This record gives sequence, structure tokens and C-alpha cells, in this order.
Amino acid sequence: MDPALIRELKSLLGPTNVLSQKEDLLLYEFDGSVEKARPEVVVFPHTTDDVSRIVKLAAKYQVPVVGRGAGTGLSGGALARGGGVMIVFARMNRILDLDLENRRAVVQPGVVNLDITRAVEHAGLYFAPDPSSQKSCTIGGNVAENSGGPHTLAYGLTTNHVAALELVLPDGEIVRVGSRHGDAPGYDLCGSFVGSEGTLALVTEITVKLSRKAEAVKTLLAIFDEVGDASRTVVEMTASGITPSACEMLDGWTLRAVEDYIHAGFPRDSAAVLLIEVEGLREAAESQAAAIAEICKANRAREVRTARDDRERELLWKGRRNAFGALGRLAPSNYVLDGVIPRSKLPEALEQIHAIGKKYGFQIGNIFHAGDGNLHPIVLYDPRDTEQFKRAIAAAQEIIRMCVSLGGALTGEHGVGMEKNELMPLLFTDADFDLMRRIHDAFNPDSSLNPGKIFPLSKGCGEIRVRKTGQAAGVRP
Amino acid sequence: MSSVADLSTRLEKLVGGDRVRASESSLRDFAIGGRTPMAVLQPRSAEEAAEIVSFAAAEKLAVVACGSRSKLELGMPPQRYDLALGMTDLRRIAHYDPGDLTVSVDAGLPLHELARVLAEKNQFLPLAVPCSATSTVGGAIASGIDSALRRQYGTPRDFLIGAEFVDGTGKHCKSGGRVVKNVTGYDLHKLLIGSLGTLGVITRLNFRTFPLPELRRSYLASFPTLEAALNFHAALFNSGLPFSNLELFDPEFGALLAAFFDKDGGIVPESHAAGEWHVFASFEGNAAVIGRIQRELRERSDQPQPSRSETLDEQSSQQMSGALREAFDWLRSAAPSAALLRIVLPQFAAGDLTELLRLSQKLPLHSAFTLRACNIAYLALLADNEDAQTNAALERLVSELFSRVEAKKGSATLLHAPLWLKNRISLWGTRRGDFALMQRVKQAFDPHNIFAPGRFVGGI
Repeated sequence: MDPALIRELKSLLGPTNVLSQKEDLLLYEFDGSVEKARPEVVVFPHTTDDVSRIVKLAAKYQVPVVGRGAGTGLSGGALARGGGVMIVFARMNRILDLDLENRRAVVQPGVVNLDITRAVEHAGLYFAPDPSSQKSCTIGGNVAENSGGPHTLAYGLTTNHVAALELVLPDGEIVRVGSRHGDAPGYDLCGSFVGSEGTLALVTEITVKLSRKAEAVKTLLAIFDEVGDASRTVVEMTASGITPSACEMLDGWTLRAVEDYIHAGFPRDSAAVLLIEVEGLREAAESQAAAIAEICKANRAREVRTARDDRERELLWKGRRNAFGALGRLAPSNYVLDGVIPRSKLPEALEQIHAIGKKYGFQIGNIFHAGDGNLHPIVLYDPRDTEQFKRAIAAAQEIIRMCVSLGGALTGEHGVGMEKNELMPLLFTDADFDLMRRIHDAFNPDSSLNPGKIFPLSKGCGEIRVRKTGQAAGVRP
Repeated sequence: MSSVADLSTRLEKLVGGDRVRASESSLRDFAIGGRTPMAVLQPRSAEEAAEIVSFAAAEKLAVVACGSRSKLELGMPPQRYDLALGMTDLRRIAHYDPGDLTVSVDAGLPLHELARVLAEKNQFLPLAVPCSATSTVGGAIASGIDSALRRQYGTPRDFLIGAEFVDGTGKHCKSGGRVVKNVTGYDLHKLLIGSLGTLGVITRLNFRTFPLPELRRSYLASFPTLEAALNFHAALFNSGLPFSNLELFDPEFGALLAAFFDKDGGIVPESHAAGEWHVFASFEGNAAVIGRIQRELRERSDQPQPSRSETLDEQSSQQMSGALREAFDWLRSAAPSAALLRIVLPQFAAGDLTELLRLSQKLPLHSAFTLRACNIAYLALLADNEDAQTNAALERLVSELFSRVEAKKGSATLLHAPLWLKNRISLWGTRRGDFALMQRVKQAFDPHNIFAPGRFVGGI
């Protein structure tokens, strides 16, 4: 990287907001995925203007730019695949405006997801999207990836809770899209920027919709001796028209690991549990909980427990949210997959995952959003063992192919990033890519923003263009 | 440029003679704002639609995709209009997985046919849009018209999970998928919602479906003043009760509603009183939920109390909901000359509203107003004749309303107006800062500018 760029960035932002030493950059070559890529310089803007100026400088030196929140993403979305400048939004972390009456909050991208809820819960409001990493992930990252969470089942992904955005385009232009109240006239630009994985623009301000807390919440734990019974319960529940606010499944292997670590009260001898939550008016929550318990029992649930108070409820959720951490105790590394299937195919999908694990020699755990068919198989592996790592990747790809063959999709909430871009042709044709690329190029014509993501780089689907700036091999999406 | 006869021959060669209509009457049926196409084409499949668009792209012919044509007047008449694409022969349900609550349907399928099929499995699509007797699924999405169930079920943005469409190069593309949770690739299908056919020809739409509610009830209360009605409306909004619609309307709207019932054979609810303001709240659920909401409504002690109020049974509730759903349609035809504005404001405060309504009732005009949930209001400006003086008053008033709404950080859209007025005013108000981005989107989808050119925001 041209030292002149680093000098200019330091003079723009001050030296404490620029990292360029190798040992400092190492921290930013990872995220929550199995991928790795190192930026050449990391910068911390404080304002939208800072971001615009950084982007202009990067353009002047022809180096790519990638935005990053907390780096908890699971698809390599916030990794600097093309080197260049990484913009970390951690210091743009202010809540700018709370409009409780109209249920809106205006926040900077570095605000931590859960902090929005903490700021408004005194008024009975909350921010609905709840990724498992909500204590650390940022709203900017949520917007880029269109993140989900357990309660997506009833309340939708991040996109359903974003009203307006302020964007910085690759040429440094600052634009607002969407509308704080109601719908903005014209195309739904806001809806198409959410989930574009940082490949169209950088988001510098977000207006989110706040939701009102339900009057009543009931949390059930259904315990099964057979995994198939648990998955059939989900199928039957969905088909009967009951929409819980969350419906999570943990299989026996994962719940034992969780129990050893969290002591959430999951029975260690069971084959699977369903963690089901219903919300709404007291009357609705009660009747739904009763109907769900009945379906569980009809599908041979050994026991259906209801959390007696908030403490019990919190404990169950703690078990669920910290599950991946618990599994970290069992192996040096774990690969959390993210695939989606039609909910009616759940039993079949779980059987196939089991078979694929056997084929590749892995015990694959399942802890996932069963209610919306969003699978998260977990492959435990040792990254130092190259052969094992390759097998883990092969198993993962086979599982994702299986999801597609059942009528599903590549990712339900983690994004495509650099994890699945080569798998995109499983779902999309050349015509689909042509249009997506035209949209990409309409906003990011030089691929200077987050290159090498979403679009396949392999033959026929994309080209690789190497930039002249030394090691910063710009990878065209 | 080839002659019309020559064009017809070439089109017939492309899709078969029985798929091309060029008689004067069929062309008239597809007219928009006085403009007629040179031919009407009726593709049988998405592939055929793609072939027609390829042809049009090569020949630089402007194409307007049509469903039942009930909302073709939305937006501006296209600046060029060569081919009408009648999509109503694409009407299959391609895939329905009741167990997954997802459905995939061809764009030309009438909404009521889809509703019938879904109802067999006790499900429905919460797309309660006007002209429901004829509306197609594709038209409902492309028009972006509001659903009356938006408060509870959201907009199509919340339940459209994927789409297939022909882009402006004649390629058949898709976005999203058939699963309820999916972040694979750009969400291009969201751009199609409300795009008035300017981005692509929609051929198929995938939705998540919803269980039909067990019971539906509603509540109607009348008030002597706007303030009283508005207080009550706000109190219900803040009550936390899950109303599927919450609507407040003025005496004139109430009178038109009663006239609609007279004509349509419905029964005007007893609590409906001429000259009064009304608040309508609909709700659904099982008997316990309905009982609870009814009890809370009965026991409310708002001051001032409604002058009359009533809980409507299943049938009356459905009738009222249906009439309100159709409001767009009966408001636009309520007078010889009418302008229908959709207004969104951060807040409908009594003072602002009184001012807007006082303005709207300046002679020779009168108006009808309804405030729906989600801060969306419809204001119909009605004129009994079209003389120069009345027209001038109408134009002045519409401009005035646009500037007042925008001054209060709201937005307005002119959904319906006489053609002369549309030609003199921007239907979407002042151009927004993101207009250049919209042009880029249009260019990406439709590089030859063949889809309904000029129909959309800012002349897109």
C-alpha cells in the first residue's frame, strides 16, 4: 500500500483512528467465519463526512474499501478480500434520536444491536431482530447482512425493521433512501440496500422501527427421545397455522454440550429439544401454548415444560444463545453452516445431514431456527489439520447443495459473502447474474466496495481483475 | 419504423395469430390516459413474454404489462406505448406447499381465485387491495397499492419472498426464492413492488401465506367532532390491542361509504350516523381473544364518549372491511371530477388535520377523508363540474396540499386525477435526493427504456 495514503488517512482522522502495523491488522483478518483476509489499513471514522472522505481517498489511490461492524459475521462479509482500506464503524456508535411516540430510532452503524433495545425498553419497546450475537454485533452489520435471529419467525429479518438509511457511495456521495415514516415515493431502494452485503454502498445512519413488547410471553421446552419426532412436531405445528414467535431445535449432541457449559436445564439424556415461544395477548399466548403442547405430545414428546418465570425463560434462552460458544469447548474450531429448506422437508433434511456427516467422518450437530426452516449444522474440526479442514468444507457444501435440492436457499441469515459465492450458480442463472451485476455496477462500478463477495469468481460467472496496487489484488465480484 | 400492419404480421409470426389483437376495440380496452397501443399481445407463458420483450427491445417498442387493468391509471400515462402485454393467460398456481405456508403463482392469476384455493387449506394472502373482484396478483404487486390489512400483516415487502420477471433485455430473471427466510443475493423483487411495470414484466410471484383467522369482528364508533374521534383513534392505537385495521373517517367519507353499501347491497351499520366522525377497528382471533377485545372496548371510559358505538358481527365486519378496502375505487369515481391524494405524515395532529380539511372544503370543492393505520390517509377532492374556475381551484388546492404536507416532513402521492391535472403537477411531489439512484436502478433493469417509459416517479 502506498504510504502516502496512510499519511493522508492519519492527517484526516488523527493517528489514533488509523491502524497500519501488521500486529494491529492481524485482529481484523478474521470474522466469525472460517475465512481469512487481511486489510492493509484499518480506519475508525466518527462521522458520515469522515466516511465520505475516506472513500474518496481510497478512490484516489485506487484501493478497495470494506466496511466492518463488530466482525461477528459468519460468511466473511467483513473481510478485506481485496486488501485495501477497512472502515471499522465501532466509533460511530451513537444513538442519534429516539422517537418513542412514532416508534423510531435513528442510530449510527456502530451501535450494538441490543443497545437499541436497552435504550427503549423502559417505554415497553424493543428492536425485534435478535441475532444470537446481539450483545456484540452492530446494527450496521445487521443491515449489510440482513441478519435474522430466533424471533425472525414471527417478526421478520432486519429488512422488515429498517425505515431509512443514509449511505455513502463509492465515489463519496452521501445519499438518503427510504423514509422515516410511511413509504417513500419511488422504488424501494432501502429494501434493496439492506442485505446487499456492503457491495453497493456503506451505511452511515439507520432509522429503525421499534416494536411494542407483547403483553404475554410463554416459553416452552419440549423434550423428545427421537430427533424425528421433534422435526415432525415442527412440521405439524407449521401446517396447523400456529406461528410461534420462535421455534428453535437443539439435537441431543449439542444440547449436552450446552448443558455442560450453561446448565440451562436441558435434559442430557434426550435426543432433541424444541424451545418454543409464543407471544401476544394473554388469551392468544395461552391458547397457542396449549395447542403447541398438544402437538408435541401427539408427536411423542417425553415432556413439555413451561418456563415459570422470567428467570427460567432467560436461562433457556441463554442456553440457546451461547450454544456455539459451548461447542467451542469440544474442538479447536467449528464451522456453523446456514441453509434454508421448506419447513415441510425438515425431517428429511435432518436425516440427510446425519448421513452426510457419516460420509465425511464428522459428528454434525444441529442447533437451529426450526420454525422457519433455517438450518445451522455445525461441523467441529481442527483447522491445523488441512485434510480435515478440506473434508469439513466438502461436507458443508454437500449440505448446502442438499438444501437447494429440497427447494431451499443458500443462506437464511448469514449472507453469501466469500463463503458461498461459488455456490451461487446452484440457484441463479446467467440471466440472474447479469441483472444482479448490472445493479452492482450501477452503484459500485469499479468494484471498489467489498470486492470478491456474493458473485462467483470462477469461470463463466465473473472475471478476476488484478489491480496494479501491489498486493491489493482487487477481486472483481 | 415499420407500419402497424407490418408490425402485426411480425408479431403474429412471433407468438401466433391468436395471441395478437389489433382491432380498434381491443386497443381501446388497453388505452391509458387516451393513449392506445399498436397491438395487444397475450402471452401464454413466461418464455413467450420474454420473446416478446426481446423483440420489443430490438425494435425499441414501448411495452406496458397489464393485468386486469383496474389500476392502469396510476402514475403518468406512458410517454410511448406500442405494445400492451395482457398477462391474464398466465394464471397457474405453480407450487403450493400448505405445510410450509408458501405459494408460487403466475402473475395473471386473479387474487380472488388464489384466495379460493388458499381458503381450502384454511389460509390466505393478506393482500386486501381495491378492485378485488378483478385484480391480478401481478397487478396488485406492480401497482404498490395499499393493503387494508397492512397494520397487522405488513406490506408485500414483508410477505413477498421471491419473484420471476422478464428484464428489459428480454431475459427471464428471478430474485429471492420459495422459502420464508432467505438472504441469498440482492432482494431485487422488493424493487418490483409499486414499480408500475417500469422495471420488468412480472411473470411469477412467491408469497408466504397466513392461516385464516378463526373469527373476525369489528367495532364502529361515531363522534361529533374530529378531535374526539382522533383522541379515540390514538387511544386504541396505544392500547396494545392487535387491531388488523384502525381507521378514522370524516362525515363525507361516511356518506359515500353508505352510498357504496346501498349500491353494493350491504347493510349500513346501525352506529353509523350521518354528519359524524367514525372510528372503525377490526380484529381477529379465537373466541377468547375476541371476547377480551370486545370487553375492553365496552369498558373504555374515554372522554368524550362516542355518541354511538357497536360491535359488528362476522358478516358486517367483512362487509365494512370490504368497503374500506375498495375505498380507492369508489372515491375516484365519487364525483365528475376527482383528485385522490395519499398522504403520509409523521403524525396526524388535530390542528394540522383541521387545517388540511378546512382547506379542502373550500367551495366549489368538497372532500372526503379517511385516516388509515400506519399514518396513511386518503383525501379525495371532489368537484361537481369541470368548468375553468373549478379546475383552477382544484389545481391550486392540490398544489397547496403537497406543499403543506411536505413542509410537515410528510409525503403525498396523487393516485387519481383528471389527465389535465396530472399533466400540470408532479404526482409524487418534490423530487427526492435519491432520484438519481432510482434512475440507475431503472437503467440496470431496463437499459433500452422500453417498460412503460415516463409512467413512474420523475418521468422514469
